Amino acid sequence: MMMDLLLSFEQAGQNLLGAAWLPLWTLVKIVLIVAPIMGAVAYTTLAERWVIGWIQIRIGPNRVGYFGLLQPIADGLKLLMKEIIIPTGANKFLFILGPILALMPALAAWAVVPFNAEMVLSNVNAGLLYILAMASLGVYGIIIAGWASNSKYAFLGALRSAAQIVSYEIAMGFALVCVLMAAQSMNLGDIVNGQKGHYGALNWYFIPLFPMFIVYFISGVAEANRAPFDVAEGESEIVAGFHVEYSGMAFALFFLAEYANMILISFLTSIMFLGGWLSPVPFLPDSIVWMLAKAVFVLFLFLWFRATFPRYRYDQLMRLGWKVFIPLSIIWVVVVGAWMQTPLWVW
Amino acid sequence: MNFLDIVFYVFAAITVFAAMGVITSRNPVNAALFLVLAFCSSAGIWMLLEAEFLAIVLVLVYVGAVMVLFLFVVMMLDINLVRLREGFWRWFPFGAGIAGLMVFEMIYVLGARQTSDTVHAVTHGADYSNTKELGRLLYTDYVYPFELAAVLLLVAMVAAIALTLRRRAGLKTQSISEQVQVQAADRVRIVKQMSAEGTDSATRK
Repeated sequence: MMMDLLLSFEQAGQNLLGAAWLPLWTLVKIVLIVAPIMGAVAYTTLAERWVIGWIQIRIGPNRVGYFGLLQPIADGLKLLMKEIIIPTGANKFLFILGPILALMPALAAWAVVPFNAEMVLSNVNAGLLYILAMASLGVYGIIIAGWASNSKYAFLGALRSAAQIVSYEIAMGFALVCVLMAAQSMNLGDIVNGQKGHYGALNWYFIPLFPMFIVYFISGVAEANRAPFDVAEGESEIVAGFHVEYSGMAFALFFLAEYANMILISFLTSIMFLGGWLSPVPFLPDSIVWMLAKAVFVLFLFLWFRATFPRYRYDQLMRLGWKVFIPLSIIWVVVVGAWMQTPLWVW
Repeated sequence: MNFLDIVFYVFAAITVFAAMGVITSRNPVNAALFLVLAFCSSAGIWMLLEAEFLAIVLVLVYVGAVMVLFLFVVMMLDINLVRLREGFWRWFPFGAGIAGLMVFEMIYVLGARQTSDTVHAVTHGADYSNTKELGRLLYTDYVYPFELAAVLLLVAMVAAIALTLRRRAGLKTQSISEQVQVQAADRVRIVKQMSAEGTDSATRK
């Protein structure tokens, strides 16, 4: 019924605008994806302050609007009003480009994320590779910002972050190799469909790929530069790291990029390992509601981590990445490969 | 000229512009960033040729990893521009010779009969998976060259590590296994202390 309506709407648009229809309609779809994400980003900042407040037995923001619901808007307005200060000796063009490059890949990756069986902007075969490529571009915003600021603290933060992201990307890549082996496809929609079965949640990949589920999520936390892996902005050591010289909206873009990355990784974790839009019990229908519920649960883990764990020391962080996660994920690639050749592989 | 041609010329123009930027910028960091731009736009051109695997891997490996490490090193350099430009005229004939050779090669390759107008790139349907085909070829027909390349890379990697790994005498390192095995009782001693009633009650006992 909805699909028929949508199809007839597209037909009407095609007749009306001709060749200009496709770019225009794609633009509308992009806005329909990005606008809710930006809203979700704003309210994730509020949720973070609430959750951490409750964990630490505080009240959290509750003054602006009912229950503090207008707090993100007040914060945004405040940052918009502030002046953007460009330090002396900074490379002006790159200084402005840094925050833009930080946010761009976090939003571009959504192009291949399926929300349910039909709702996806671009249903490409190499979706998983595209996701990995976009994740690896996120580091540019940080190192360009750190270098262009002409500040030692910012530069140190940028170097730390670059080393960290490049290291954890490898483990993340191998974890996703396991997923694509299990699903035998790099299309995110096919990966979710590969987890379909008669037993609901038992068919999802987090069971056979449990170590990879853990590795992927922890690497995701490290990629998003979140606590306990936030050494790139370790306040007690290098003030605020790569964004120490940024103020106003330029700072806000880094902030948005961090939260957009968190939301992206929550969705990707639920697609790759937690069955995406599939229902956890066989008697309930599959729907986008499941997808959102899983993503919100994973997002909650991010906030819970931040309130619970102390920051890693830098050498411990590198050791975890190189000496624990990478060997573990390479071994698991072999294990899954061998396992899939036996009748014991039931996924 | 259809839509794809326009996209091709846009990407090609960006690639040429970025490549010019690589060799003309004074600051090595700018040059490296121009190279990143050139990689990204060439990935776009490959995408137009339906080589989506190569295109994305170009972004993933070269832009996402190799150039990050390049920038990492270049940003830490202390560059003296005067010294860099010192030997320009001395090396000019050498550089010009190499440039001439490359131009000749390009003309030779681009003017070859294989790329004449009669041969067109093969186009495939939307469900054709470039990645799957490439994987099948690499692991069947070309498995020996592929494995050989892998061994070559492994040797290079081992050699690079062996060259940079130096064991200095008297180097202080942390023993991770000892750190991990530490119990709370090794670090903190809980001492029961009577709360003082008067100011000098502790000293009297």
